[in-house]
Amino acid sequence: MSFELASLNSKLINRSQVNKMKALTTILSRFVPINIENIDTDQIIPARFLKATTKNGFGKNLFRDWRYYNDDESKTRADFPLNMSQFDGEILVAGKNFGCGSSREHAAWSILDYGFRVVVSSFFADIFKNNALNNGVLPVQVSEAFLQRIFLQDNNTELTIDLEKQTITIISTGEQEHFDISSYKKTCLMNGYDDIDYLISIKEEIQKFELEKL
Amino acid sequence: MEIQTHNDSYKIPPAGSRAERRERTEFGGATLFEKIWDKHIVKTIDDGPSVLYIDRHFIHEVTSPQAFTGLNKRGIKVLRPHQTIATADHNVPTLNQHLPIKEELSRLQVEALIQNCHEHGVELYGLGHPFQGIVHVIGPELGITQPGMTIVCGDSHTSTHGAFGAIAFGIGTSEVEMVFASQCLLQSKPKLMRINIEGELNKGVVSKDIVLYILSKITSSGATGYAIEFAGSTIRSLSMEARMTICNMSIEMGGRCGLIAPDEITFNYIKGKPLSPKEEQWQVSLNKWKTLYSDTDAVFDKEYYFKAEDIEPMITYGTNPGMGISVSATIPTVDTINENDKSGLAKSLTYMGLTQGAAIKGQKIDYVFIGSCTNSRIEDLRLVASFIKGKHKADDVEVWIVPGSKQVEAQAIAEGIDKIFEEAGFMLRQPGCSACLGMNEDKIPAGKYCISTSNRNFEGRQGAGARTLLASPLTAAAAAITGFVTDVRELLN
Repeated sequence: MSFELASLNSKLINRSQVNKMKALTTILSRFVPINIENIDTDQIIPARFLKATTKNGFGKNLFRDWRYYNDDESKTRADFPLNMSQFDGEILVAGKNFGCGSSREHAAWSILDYGFRVVVSSFFADIFKNNALNNGVLPVQVSEAFLQRIFLQDNNTELTIDLEKQTITIISTGEQEHFDISSYKKTCLMNGYDDIDYLISIKEEIQKFELEKL
Repeated sequence: MEIQTHNDSYKIPPAGSRAERRERTEFGGATLFEKIWDKHIVKTIDDGPSVLYIDRHFIHEVTSPQAFTGLNKRGIKVLRPHQTIATADHNVPTLNQHLPIKEELSRLQVEALIQNCHEHGVELYGLGHPFQGIVHVIGPELGITQPGMTIVCGDSHTSTHGAFGAIAFGIGTSEVEMVFASQCLLQSKPKLMRINIEGELNKGVVSKDIVLYILSKITSSGATGYAIEFAGSTIRSLSMEARMTICNMSIEMGGRCGLIAPDEITFNYIKGKPLSPKEEQWQVSLNKWKTLYSDTDAVFDKEYYFKAEDIEPMITYGTNPGMGISVSATIPTVDTINENDKSGLAKSLTYMGLTQGAAIKGQKIDYVFIGSCTNSRIEDLRLVASFIKGKHKADDVEVWIVPGSKQVEAQAIAEGIDKIFEEAGFMLRQPGCSACLGMNEDKIPAGKYCISTSNRNFEGRQGAGARTLLASPLTAAAAAITGFVTDVRELLN
């Protein structure tokens, strides 16, 4: 175990965690493909649904305007993958530059609330990536070639994401790719820790910094 | 230094890590970003992020309630309430602000902000306060935003404040809670990019055109993972308002933040603002601020060079801000468009009701929106007023002018600009985010075309089905007068 992960563990392991995230280690699941690039967070969750003061219930409005015609829940768009019964699973696979635009964490909340634990893409926007990680949703960045291989699979294909080994595998073909994640974030995800617990635990160091450096 | 030439207008320095190249330089100079970043690192976790100290934290009603709930669950208060500033902007109506907010959920969210600020001792410039306005307009105009600071807000356009030589970026609500709880964030250091623009701008070209032009060249993901410094003689010649417009849209390139080295224009802007440093503190601050620039031997991971003379009045035709062209140009085809937008072009144009290869000039417009954190400052309103004076809007176009703050609104009225708008048939509304984001009462109806000075043309951004064409205040005003997308240069004497 590198760096201060050991001390981080000792600091957090016995804490009663208020917002404890669901720990994530491995996911074996079918996937829902949305083969569109540059999906912005206004598409993931339109602004008119950001009026809540809690984090719950955003899933039903995930990709709202791509799921329904004229904002009418009785008029579903049959060609949108979330509306296609053959697609299911805890893994969302999307085109490059996923999550660009607005910083709204509601995008990550809506993805989690809908039932996804992993988003696979060949490129993620910065703020979305942080928001996802802070909510126990794992962004898996793969090569463009590997992403296209996934899109070519049929709807019964399962993917395995192994966070410990940092690998993603297409079960039917055995194709596998390694993905990057910092060891700090990996530890947090695997144990359900969040950054706030850590920052509160170093409060004295922060106050010392304020006195000496500012 | 080896330079790869991509085309005539911009160049990318060699591959290889910045650290390697920095080692090769004689003095190992620091960039503006590094000078600020290094001063704010409390500690760095091995193979992990750094703990970055935050000087100023702006909050608003939409992205803060869940963060306050988190604090309350933990039984803790905002650690540094005096470094936290609140306003209500996203969800507020821009007419009849003295009346209760009609929409219940919006009203509850604004009320929650009032309650939370009261409980945690945070200063709130809410509805009815003379300082109320869009969070990225009020921070600078009150003198809260200063060079050398780290500034965050639960809003991606926080990059605006970088125009003062600050590291300013948007964060999610979990991160808002982190800053509440510890006045710090866990951040990994971004790569560094410099975008240089040299020369004099053409007639009819303003800072919004510069940033839309850069976006059209480097695309909406061209700066993801980078902090961007905007530099060069063109940038140096711009006012603070104009610089803010450029830094505001750094996030539209994917940039973590955008910043510009502070100079006399910056210092003159800040001096005398309500919350800027006063008396002896002013000189102390000024001495510090004058050290904030990238050293001549500073090294960037990526560098672009553009010529001001190549920039024409710009407009977007598609559904991301990188899909922009000169107003006199034709919409790209799959054969001429950049790689980033190739796969999305057909879907985008179907949504927009536009055609590959067609001219954008002459496209009928239904709405004109002049406002948002990108272009709602007094200089923007003055520019529009000076252009439309003596003219009248086209009959079938609705024109909304939404000032960025109560102070901008008051200034416009004091200068008589409101009368010019009235005579031209432009509706001057009250401050807020308004039709930028399809959240409050101000929405563009489905299928209608809106030429907008805001920052995003995403599908549904201004309302479900609304079609947005991003442009400068001058180009938007020209369309308001003619009713069509117009090359403003044809209307300038």
